[in-house]
Amino acid sequence: MEHIVIIGNGIAGVTTARHIRKLSNKKITLISAESEYFFSRTALMYVYMGHMKFEHTQPYENWFWKKNNIDLVHGYVDQVNPEEKVVTLSDSTSISYDKLVIATGSKPNKFGWPGQDLDGVQGLYSKQDLELLEQNAPNNKVCKRAVIVGGGLIGIELAEMLRTRNIPVTFLVRESSFWNGILPSGESQMINEHIMEHHIDLRLNASLQEIKPDENGRVKSVVIAETGEEIVCNLVGLTAGVTPNIDFLKDSDIELGRGVKVNRFLETNVKDIYAIGDCAEQHEAIGNRRPIEAVWYTGRMMGETLAQTLCGNPTEYRPGHWFNSAKFLDIEYQTYGWVFPEKTKMDNEMHFHWRHPHKKLCITIAFDQSTQIFLGINTFGIRMRHEIFDRWLTEKRSIDHVMAHMADANFDPEFYRTFESEIVSKFNVQFGKNIQTQKKSLKRIFHIA
Amino acid sequence: MNTIDKSMALTGQPPQNLTLGQKLATLLGISGLGILLLAVFNVSFPNKGLWLSISLAAIILGTLWFSWEAYANKIPGIKNDGVWFKSISSRGLWGWVAGLALTGFYIVLYFYPEYLGLTGDGDNKGVIALFDPLSKLLSGNAASQWFVYGTLYTVAILAFGIKFLWKYRHNRYERLRTMSVMFFQMAFAFLIPELMARLNGHKILNGGSLPYYDLKNIWPLNYYNFEGYRIKAFLSSGNIGFALLVFGIVSIFVITPILTYKYGKRWYCSWVCGCGGLAETAGDSFRQLSDKSLKAWKIERWVVHSVVVFVTLMTTAVIYSYLGNDTSKYWLTKSTFLIGVGILLTLIFGWIMLFKRKQLQKDAQYGAIGYFVIIMALIGFHFFSGEGYVFLFKSETLRKTYSFLIGSIFSGVIGTGFYPIFGSRVWCRFGCPMAAIMGVQQKLFSRFRITTNGGQCISCGNCSTYCEMGIDVRSYAQKGENIVRASCVGCGICSAVCPRGVLKLENGPLEGRIDSNQVLLGNDVDLMSLVNQK
Repeated sequence: MEHIVIIGNGIAGVTTARHIRKLSNKKITLISAESEYFFSRTALMYVYMGHMKFEHTQPYENWFWKKNNIDLVHGYVDQVNPEEKVVTLSDSTSISYDKLVIATGSKPNKFGWPGQDLDGVQGLYSKQDLELLEQNAPNNKVCKRAVIVGGGLIGIELAEMLRTRNIPVTFLVRESSFWNGILPSGESQMINEHIMEHHIDLRLNASLQEIKPDENGRVKSVVIAETGEEIVCNLVGLTAGVTPNIDFLKDSDIELGRGVKVNRFLETNVKDIYAIGDCAEQHEAIGNRRPIEAVWYTGRMMGETLAQTLCGNPTEYRPGHWFNSAKFLDIEYQTYGWVFPEKTKMDNEMHFHWRHPHKKLCITIAFDQSTQIFLGINTFGIRMRHEIFDRWLTEKRSIDHVMAHMADANFDPEFYRTFESEIVSKFNVQFGKNIQTQKKSLKRIFHIA
Repeated sequence: MNTIDKSMALTGQPPQNLTLGQKLATLLGISGLGILLLAVFNVSFPNKGLWLSISLAAIILGTLWFSWEAYANKIPGIKNDGVWFKSISSRGLWGWVAGLALTGFYIVLYFYPEYLGLTGDGDNKGVIALFDPLSKLLSGNAASQWFVYGTLYTVAILAFGIKFLWKYRHNRYERLRTMSVMFFQMAFAFLIPELMARLNGHKILNGGSLPYYDLKNIWPLNYYNFEGYRIKAFLSSGNIGFALLVFGIVSIFVITPILTYKYGKRWYCSWVCGCGGLAETAGDSFRQLSDKSLKAWKIERWVVHSVVVFVTLMTTAVIYSYLGNDTSKYWLTKSTFLIGVGILLTLIFGWIMLFKRKQLQKDAQYGAIGYFVIIMALIGFHFFSGEGYVFLFKSETLRKTYSFLIGSIFSGVIGTGFYPIFGSRVWCRFGCPMAAIMGVQQKLFSRFRITTNGGQCISCGNCSTYCEMGIDVRSYAQKGENIVRASCVGCGICSAVCPRGVLKLENGPLEGRIDSNQVLLGNDVDLMSLVNQK
């Protein structure tokens, strides 16, 4: 029986294992140093905030793995030996494989800042990071102030977490506005306001110069490069992005770039070794995607795809329309298709932006100026239906069609106020059109002829 | 893994200690309860009306003040910070204390009302006497232990309902739903029946007396609605009495199925029902304590459907016991009634088996067992029962057993008393026969579902954690599958707490209501259609 060994029990590795099990009787071994059982990484923040206990983050009950005949090994892989087809764990046990899947995820970026390895300086990625945070910042007596470096999704989550324990937070964002490498300016501005509304000391155009230690080798303060200001703190959260967690492969023959280099079949340069999830790097980016996609959904999709290949149905990784989501404190964010910020968008990409006069709600819709084809939407505080936007993207619908049928895409809970008419009338004024909004149609939504 | 110690504070975890306002609010609320407790120990209050008003006002204002301090200065949004750090909401010491206190209250209420001051004959004493002025104001009669209970129940739903409204002030579904349960409790469960009692003996009732009737309390939740004494009372109260009896039957066979078809059982369980109303308001702090394991689900299905079988048998036996044999006196006789029940059940069961078998899968076997038991028992009634007897039991014994085991112990002592231990919907999930019947319909024949938003689920688990019915919502959402579960009461909290906007409660076409996808939306379309082919 073929033995498939998967290193990493995150969403990518676990999805692969589950799908292989659905398709075959192959022997499957999942190795993880991080946790005994699969948990949802994205939910770690809720454990610190007291919304959930750690066991609630585990999507499957503990008996699930045995019942589905998936062997779990709790250990750290030191070495991969492709010639003998063996992986060696740090306790020197070795496990031989027929096919090897590398799904080891990411680790927080450290850019060589002075003091980045001091006590009290940490990232937020793994279960161990969360445990460390409980030690470094259990309450506002131990941690009188925290400084977060890096204005991305993890940074704002860490800020939210610390605020639930009333820990004062200074949030250093290198850019001139929060996450404006991804978000158009109107949205980024709204999030800036929301961050400050939560009493987070947001510093834009501020990057880290150095972290200063006290006499015990713990963090004492940080210095901001642009202003030279020194901020006294007990915790520094490094949240300036992540990088593939592949150091243990350095001496293997597997080709590495920033991540593990893979082709469209998710194969590495070594036969029978594959890489998926955050740690995989495409030789060439797919469409507008980045070569390394450190996103929950893409990890899962690669897992779904690779399981097919491993079970005799060679399948390329060809993800569909881009989508993603996040939550910025109280504001939910969803995106379907592509909306680029002003800096990086193409000349033909037109934006229509609408923001509610006083609530924290806004959307930005991108469309092609010449063809009028809908390209994508960012939505904040208004939930949208994935299926509808996916369909519109596939059908290459025009911006006018999208505007007229916005009600079909709304996914807010029942009885919520809707804003389609405000949105469309602003669009009509701005672009000199006369689009009439159509009523929500269950027939269209559920695709009934 | 949390280094946090569970705090003894009722809410709040260092460094989120109670504010000064919250401490004072707690003091105010406790002093209101204290007045009631003093009354229990027969401290005599000179002006009962005044002291009762002071007591209830203190309880309500204390709760409102506490909630205001908790939510007023926060930005609207999900307010679950520290839920699992607080002793009261995470089965800590305060949770157990509260559970024992509530359980004790229910035991006294159901089995030892004399300790509350019920004398049987003569004037009330103790805390029941304290409620006499209010009861006389409403119905004209002295209070009973049930009036005390009903008043406190209503106070709890109103005060904690307002707390819930503040907590979820960003969510219109939650707000409307909560206003609805507050209204139905106040009007239908409390005021209308009390005021209706004023009609008793009046000529528009032909001098008859209506039984105490909460109109929204439908059989089989209201398991006693068709007992002999109530039927007599209905029938002796003129056209109004007869209309109410007809309404009781119509609400089972017409109103409930239609509304459940259109909206799912949520129209009742989380918009109208009093048990649900208490769970959603006073019980809201405990919703996360429900057991989500597969094992609990298995137990749930056996227990709740057994209760349905039990209540059907019990009610049939009770009605059977007071019907006559002589067709010339009244068209409905013992044997026509049994045959009628048998035909009705056969039609329902046959319809399910013929048209809905696929959706039932192996549960169908259990359904068949339940059905078989009832039919055999019906036949048994007919052949082996004498006057007033069903098999060897008196129908009265069956009724009393149900009333004791299900009506008192299950719905009261365990169902509500154990809120802080098992979560707020133990009764609704494991015990309520009404919920079970509507659940079968919701699963098989309803437009209601919780739609999963394509591939957006990140398996975080907030939905499952905060599901009061113990549904592992995530296990569906992460497969891109809609949630169509018999037990779902449609409270909407899974949708509210979802950080990625994945879940939406909605009513839509039956076609394609349940769709399990192996490969989720967002992946290669060819792969999706290949793998999802079934």
